[in-house]
Amino acid sequence: MSKKLKLVVVGNGMAGCRAVEELLVRDPDRYEISIFGAEPEVNYNRIMLSPVLAGETTFDEIVINGRDWYDQNNIDLHAGDEVIAIDRANKMISTASGGRFPYDRLLLATGSLPFILPVPGATLNGVIAFRDIQDVRAMMAAAEKGDHAVVIGGGLLGLEAANGLHLNGMKVTVIHLMKTLMERQLDEAAGYLLQCELERRGIEVLTGASTAELLGSAHVEGVALKDGRVIPADLVVMAAGIRPNIGLAKVAGIECNRGILVDDDMCSSDPAIFAVGECIEHRGAIYGLVAPIWDMCRAFGDRLAAIDGEGYQGSVTSTKLKVTGVDVFSAGDFAGGEGREDIVFRDAARGIYKRIVIAEDRIIGAVLYGDVADGGWYFQLLKEAQSITDKRDMLIFGPGMVGAGAANPNAAIAALPDSSEICGCNGVCKGTITSAITEKNLQSLAEIRKHTKASASCGSCTGLVESLLALTLGAEYEASSATKPICDCTHHGHDNVRQLILAHELKSIPAVMQMLEWRTPDGCASCRPALNYYLLCAWPAEYVDDQQSRFINERAHANIQKDGTYSVVPRMWGGVTSARELRAIADVADKFAIPTVKVTGGQRIDLLGVKKEDLPAVWADLNAAGMVSGHAYGKALRTVKTCVGSEWCRFGTQDSTAMGVLLERLTWGSWMPHKFKMAVSGCPRNCAEATIKDFGIVAVDSGWELHVGGNGGIKVRATDFLCKVTSDDELVEYCLAFIQLYREQARYLERTAPWIERVGLDHIKQSLVENAELRGELARRFLFSQRYSQSDPWQERATGGVDRNEFFPMAELEMA
Amino acid sequence: MSEWITVGRLNDIPSRGARRVNTPEGAVAIFRTSDDRLFAMEDSCPHRQGPISQGIVHDTSVTCPLHGWVIDLELASARTPDHGCLKRYEVMLEGDEVRLQIAARAIQAAE
Repeated sequence: MSKKLKLVVVGNGMAGCRAVEELLVRDPDRYEISIFGAEPEVNYNRIMLSPVLAGETTFDEIVINGRDWYDQNNIDLHAGDEVIAIDRANKMISTASGGRFPYDRLLLATGSLPFILPVPGATLNGVIAFRDIQDVRAMMAAAEKGDHAVVIGGGLLGLEAANGLHLNGMKVTVIHLMKTLMERQLDEAAGYLLQCELERRGIEVLTGASTAELLGSAHVEGVALKDGRVIPADLVVMAAGIRPNIGLAKVAGIECNRGILVDDDMCSSDPAIFAVGECIEHRGAIYGLVAPIWDMCRAFGDRLAAIDGEGYQGSVTSTKLKVTGVDVFSAGDFAGGEGREDIVFRDAARGIYKRIVIAEDRIIGAVLYGDVADGGWYFQLLKEAQSITDKRDMLIFGPGMVGAGAANPNAAIAALPDSSEICGCNGVCKGTITSAITEKNLQSLAEIRKHTKASASCGSCTGLVESLLALTLGAEYEASSATKPICDCTHHGHDNVRQLILAHELKSIPAVMQMLEWRTPDGCASCRPALNYYLLCAWPAEYVDDQQSRFINERAHANIQKDGTYSVVPRMWGGVTSARELRAIADVADKFAIPTVKVTGGQRIDLLGVKKEDLPAVWADLNAAGMVSGHAYGKALRTVKTCVGSEWCRFGTQDSTAMGVLLERLTWGSWMPHKFKMAVSGCPRNCAEATIKDFGIVAVDSGWELHVGGNGGIKVRATDFLCKVTSDDELVEYCLAFIQLYREQARYLERTAPWIERVGLDHIKQSLVENAELRGELARRFLFSQRYSQSDPWQERATGGVDRNEFFPMAELEMA
Repeated sequence: MSEWITVGRLNDIPSRGARRVNTPEGAVAIFRTSDDRLFAMEDSCPHRQGPISQGIVHDTSVTCPLHGWVIDLELASARTPDHGCLKRYEVMLEGDEVRLQIAARAIQAAE
């Protein structure tokens, strides 16, 4: 070979230089190489920019190839001279400075461009990306004078930028569009843990936040969100994602989709032009991480050195967040695919979460938070597509435990050495618990707590302790009803969960599931509605109701019927209506061709057979006539049934109708463990059937008799007599206090009748009748929570724009 | 001949939720799991034809709102102890566009 071929590399980044290195290793003499870079720097390790920003290293330390490398290998470096065009016909490139250079082989390693949100103000001074050393220098300079930075994007890059700016002394707010951080790499649980950790460090995180505009005249001064909030900002870092940089290739007519399309040899549609790195698309995939790029460069090296390699086969990727002290690992594929299973491990006390995703007996994905030591092992199993059949039971405990395996999942606990700590709060080891059980003949969790203190503090090891009890006692042990789990997703019972929600101030479903070590990634149709209710009841002012954890009736605010239509029951306060309301109901029935109009047992009118997409319009018409939701569909206050009372009836002793209206006005809208019905009768003849209601009131000459815990239904139960009161004010206080006691203490889906049978009428009397202070406190707590629940859900949806997606099909397709 | 039709965007479907698409072949339920995987099948429970699109989605299952059958979204069939299959449809995400494959030649009805 007399004359060397000319290889021109566009891009002096990690991919371009690595590709050249791979080629030089294979065949150092075949090509005359020149490298063009738009940045005026030598080749540096871009993924280490975060530690540079965080002050943990310096630019000099992240340089991969200094000037000497280019010289030694006879590489002609054109740093700071951007390639602006490719003339494929003549095999020439031209640069910004006007130069033209010929090539035999061209390698495009143009990388990616930051995605700049197309919002007003995006071009203001002080708005930057986080892609190169210039950006890092700009950030460090800003940190010296400015005081508030906003990072848009809570992905890998955004969080590393946020952490770095925070360490540089800035007050940092992260704005993230999605519900949880790093949602492409982490599931909800791990994202939640990460957010907690960042917030603990003092970084403000706003999830579900959409940027509307960047404010300021010349320099950026703030970020306006679509919900109206404005966050002050002296610096805005756009880290909302990257796009393959394909402009040059596209203009030159090289085939591109999202990236430059390449084959397994990294060759583009032009046989003389190759591409590697973040700018390419291979078998439909684009990559933003470094490991796949090394694989691509190897394939490129083989091809240009004319070595028979296997080519580039695509990559599975793993991610680590480079924030010191935050251990996050994620690998593999979490989107798409069928036949998957999850193995989940949570250790709340140590802040550890692990999730392994399995398909066809092989690991296809892993998320680790808090303890990432086994990440490499899982990633190896994943890449090698090893069958995990033989190690499945112990897999989640890591390589240390695999091999000790047994078929029984309790075996993991059985296999623990006696010295291993079970209860972190009180430092109780396994051996202490098992010997206490056998020596002191302990039979229950309560006894273990008394004797050993295990699980007596935070309670998160309750399940482990129970397992030990079961293992030690064998068949003798049966979990008592107090600790009967809510469902198969957890070992915690209802009461335990409620107590822990308060004790640990857990304020979201993911928080509960993490802290209490749920076994499933997102619960089931039994535990999710229960948790949603418990959180709502515990934190009325703060908790954000999770619509997706509600049964359809409560989500659609109407009752689903057997044919998939809905029924609509407007509230009629105390069973009283008017000509205007009846006319509006009749008009609605006509307008929407509602097939059945029926009077209910609760003194209201039921419109049956309403199509779901008609619901908002039906409600709008009913709202216009002054009517609101009757909550006939909810675990909530239903009706307050009344008789006509002293106003009309010749036997009436009190105005039962007015009292019913008053109580319904005070209590409507509140969510309960189950449905809740009331009635007020004006005399002991009890025409309102108050003695089969959850809270029944019967008027007598000298005041009111109060009855609790009745219901109709499959097993009719008459109420228990609670007490007699003489004034209306007392009656109201008792009513509100009883409801709140029920709300706080009954288990989800437990009506007042079984609740009272379980806890005993004496308990209710002690709480309400014998303890005036508690009664007043309960009533006040109820009224406080009502501040957040007394807005008409129909009006919010009919005209308030809430939840529009719930009511309409996503698409209507018709015959073409 | 079957074809792919864009029926909406990913965020039109709530996470751990579902939306219904009305097609010439009947109603199709498209589910989105908490990790953003999509599944599509006829919106009709094998038990009493309940609209499963209205159920609670958990992991890769949905619980039918009428009588509590649990449908495995990956297998498009009822989980034990119940039995029964549903007609499955192909669905995919392209960018953030949700695309559904149906046999009949169909178009989006005008808004």
